[in-house]
Amino acid sequence: MSETKQGRIVKVAGPVVVAEGMAGARMYDVVRVSELNIIGEIVELHGDLASIQVYEETTGIGPGEPVVDTEAPLSVELGPGLIESIYDGIQRPLNSLVELEGEFMSRGSALPGINREKKWHFIPTVADGTKVGPGDIIGKIQETTLVEHKIMVPFGVEGTLQRISEGDYTVVETIGVVVADDRTETELKLMQEWPVRNPRQTIKRLAPNQVLVTGQRVIDTFFPIAKGGTACVPGPFGTGKTVVQHQLAKWVDADIVVYVGCGERGNEMTDVLTEFPELKDPRSGEPLMRRSVLIANTSNMPVAAREASVYTGITIAEYFRDMGYVVALMADSTSRWAEAMREISTRLEEMPAEEGYPAYLAARIAAFYERAGRAKCCGSPEREGALSIIGAVSPPGGDLSDSVVQATLHVVKVFWSLKGELAYQRHFPAIDWLTSYSFYKQYLRECFEDKDQGLEMEELTTQAMSLLEQEAELLEIVRLVGAEALSPQDRLALETSRSIREDFLHQNAFHEVDTYTSMDKQYEMLKTILHFHKQALAAIETGVETAEIFKLPVREEIARAKYIPHEFVTKVAKIRDTIDEHIKQLHPSGVS
Amino acid sequence: MPAIKEYQTVAEISGPLMLVEMVDEAKYGHIVDIELGDGSIRHGQILQVENDKVLIQVFEGTRGIDVTKSTVRFLAKPLELAVSPDILGRVFNGLGEPKDNGPAIIPEKRLDINSKPINPYARNYPNEFIQTGISSIDGLNPLVRGQKLPIFSGAGLPHDQITAQIARQATILGEGEEFAVVFAAMGITFEAAQFFIDDLHQTGAIERAVMFVNLANDPAIERIATPRFALTAAEYLAFELDMHVLVILNDMTNYCEALREISAARKEVPGRRGYPGYLYTDLATVYERAGRIKEKKGSITMVPVLTMPEDDKTHPVPDLTGYITEGQIILSRPLHRKAVSPPVDVLPSLSRLKDKGIGEGKTREDHADLYNQLYAAYARGKECQELATIMGEAALSEEDKKYMTFANKFEARYVSQDYYENRSVETTLDLGWELLSMFENAELKRIDVKLIEKYMPKFRKKEREA
Ligand SMILES: Nc1ncnc2c1ncn2[C@@H]1O[C@H](COP(=O)(O)OP(=O)(O)O)[C@@H](O)[C@H]1O
Ligand SMILES: [Mg+2]
Repeated sequence: MSETKQGRIVKVAGPVVVAEGMAGARMYDVVRVSELNIIGEIVELHGDLASIQVYEETTGIGPGEPVVDTEAPLSVELGPGLIESIYDGIQRPLNSLVELEGEFMSRGSALPGINREKKWHFIPTVADGTKVGPGDIIGKIQETTLVEHKIMVPFGVEGTLQRISEGDYTVVETIGVVVADDRTETELKLMQEWPVRNPRQTIKRLAPNQVLVTGQRVIDTFFPIAKGGTACVPGPFGTGKTVVQHQLAKWVDADIVVYVGCGERGNEMTDVLTEFPELKDPRSGEPLMRRSVLIANTSNMPVAAREASVYTGITIAEYFRDMGYVVALMADSTSRWAEAMREISTRLEEMPAEEGYPAYLAARIAAFYERAGRAKCCGSPEREGALSIIGAVSPPGGDLSDSVVQATLHVVKVFWSLKGELAYQRHFPAIDWLTSYSFYKQYLRECFEDKDQGLEMEELTTQAMSLLEQEAELLEIVRLVGAEALSPQDRLALETSRSIREDFLHQNAFHEVDTYTSMDKQYEMLKTILHFHKQALAAIETGVETAEIFKLPVREEIARAKYIPHEFVTKVAKIRDTIDEHIKQLHPSGVS
Repeated sequence: MPAIKEYQTVAEISGPLMLVEMVDEAKYGHIVDIELGDGSIRHGQILQVENDKVLIQVFEGTRGIDVTKSTVRFLAKPLELAVSPDILGRVFNGLGEPKDNGPAIIPEKRLDINSKPINPYARNYPNEFIQTGISSIDGLNPLVRGQKLPIFSGAGLPHDQITAQIARQATILGEGEEFAVVFAAMGITFEAAQFFIDDLHQTGAIERAVMFVNLANDPAIERIATPRFALTAAEYLAFELDMHVLVILNDMTNYCEALREISAARKEVPGRRGYPGYLYTDLATVYERAGRIKEKKGSITMVPVLTMPEDDKTHPVPDLTGYITEGQIILSRPLHRKAVSPPVDVLPSLSRLKDKGIGEGKTREDHADLYNQLYAAYARGKECQELATIMGEAALSEEDKKYMTFANKFEARYVSQDYYENRSVETTLDLGWELLSMFENAELKRIDVKLIEKYMPKFRKKEREA
């Protein structure tokens, strides 16, 4: 690097350092602070004073120490080697850091995001002489058994492809060159860089119109998320935000999963790290880790790097979207990201808006979720990619009027509201069926190959939801005047709703079979529960006592349907025959 | 070693803070000694440096400090704890100085009390069940080695008895090795601290214990450092001397109040209820020091205690704690009034790490299904209890009455136990089956049929005989 601008520290206050002599530096330039070479980013400029958010602990740093401008914005490295990695908030590989420095994080480490030594087998997909431009796919690498990594021409490069050849390359070796019209040559590498705070371009945004199946019944059936859609999961602590995020990361029907642990627990990342290599993708049978990228900037790691972690994650996710993949990004928790912004903002002595958050909070949140979407990607061959964002939100005291929740609800299309009361009863996922919503519900029917089945599923979900709404009203009546006031039909509605809640919506993430339910099985389960309802209603009309109906042993079979493995999904359908048999044997009261 | 510099340029004192001017080479986070006119020494830490102005928090408070007669010595190092195996059995004050009239520790080394964060990749997932002998914990919210599991209590609730019981009874099944105990007292009464220490004496555990004691009448600002001293000692014992350490931090609410005092003195924009916006991050740097590390034999298990102001768990201290720790054991005043003791409020209590610490080979194969079923039945019974208090028992259906009876029995027999009763995990699990035997098999929807067939007959027979 050329001899560049060097300033001098005048102030240190926690994660913010102010340096003088920085005239000419640009906003968001990365700087190196003190002899320790700590990484920071310029977040405010005043004359020749620069305020810097520092990505590491500042203890022991003081006025007079140097600050060097690298004259580049905060960027990530993109290329083969991303998959199966675990990074901190500014893309330092945590696994390599352990080997290099031990179990505790030292300051000033400077390992590149992508391994420089490893060789990858590159197969060109276009020939010399091809005219290429930004985003064009020129070759591929089998990065893992699950991911074919497409090598794309970087943005800003255009011309004729030359000297491209198959072979084994490191990410910094030249795989070919692009000769521009003016004869200037650009060497192509397997790796490129991208500044994290700028969204990567696409040609055209498309409406998300396909459900991203998650295998979680309450989500898929009632509040589905779309490929390229956005969702948020707010809830007080212990209500299951992280488990929902982990479940999606495991079972979601996406090509690539980027999981950002933003200011949360260390052990939750360890959990992912130990489970993902063991768990098998239900579609391919391959270990889930082979499609995953992890970012872990836990709560005790530096707060400025936490602020950056969601950008690092989303940039990596966009890069895979650009290859034409369906990508899902989970951020747990966006509240910690917002709090990191607030901490920095406080140290910068900015004017606070509500709850001490900076006035630009809502704008930043909106801009982040705007990076999700389904889009026509740049370059040839023509392709579509999708990037979904699912953000956990951790409002103080579970209060949904919190600024982060409110700003998020303004932009996301799916709201999974986690309720403390449900979690305390161990009703998991504790997604409140009465207040949650999804704007993608209309695409549910297209999850089924059979059109009629899709339409039927839609009807089933509508019926189930209206029963649950009816239940809420009936319970209110019971609370006021007692259960005697209820008609047999009402009593049945209560029992069926209980069955929908306990036998369908309740889903144990830690049960081998129950953890994931295929769309087909979801359909069969719901249909069976509502079939019982229909038959029971008919029996009541003929005068059968509800108590007799509720005692039927087939109800236990309905309750245990969730534990029937997917291979035996026809068994779930068979329960309906048993229902018919059992109900047929019932007689109106007084008749035997 | 940088030279120690002295200044007599104190410019301003306000609350627990002090501003010193014309200082050169001060570093953020380093410590100072302040010598008063009468020769006494106080300790401080640098909160901010701007050019030659240094802002210092004074741990012992600023009362009696004189602007003109005080000398500030910049020690050019962070706060450190001198450690050696001799710290075991010793009592220190909240700033890590011996308080038991014993000899000074001859340091093997000095450790920065703000240790570096554990690289998440280096962590080992906690999965070894700790038997505490308390059913409401072992059966329903199991603690595992390396977990941080706080007790959310309230003024006048028996959290001291529970922490003492845990310290007394905690064992790993099949292992003879006992826990070393590190106890940090922050602003608790002499009586409460002494109760705990006496208990350690009685069991002989005091030989394996290290204590950092800041009492209610000790300097408040000191409490900011106390848990960090305790955790530094714990890390030394766990990761250098291979011990399994149980850390008890009592009471974190007092710690947070000290932080709030500093924040207010700095005129920072206050967050909820006046606590600083960085409280979450600050607490995380304390709590996240618990854990296990790959390739290291020892571990740190943490049980912080906090009292919820007005029993409100949405208060920032319990709220942010719950967002960081791996679950919480909540004590309930209504249960305490009903003489359920320990008054563990089972439903909102939680252990997030239980799932990988229990089951076949760890506790017993039926453990997970059993607690799921107990929770479901108790949750329903609790609702019926409430309905009965509003509308009278007559309003309940037969089924509701059964669930209510279950909830009452469950509280009286499962949750309640003596502070000196040490139940094995089998006893706890069996008790669960026994209580559930009042339901038909078909009602036990959360338990695998095979497990019901295997375990239930024994208890049904018992019930019939009775
Ligand atoms: N789907 C689920 N199945 C079983 N248990 C669950 C489920 N969701 C949550 N839990 C339980 O709730 C606990 C808290 O969930 P978690 O996701 O960590 O909460 P949050 O992130 O909201 O604080 C978990 O440790 C687990 O015991
Ligand atoms: Mg969580």
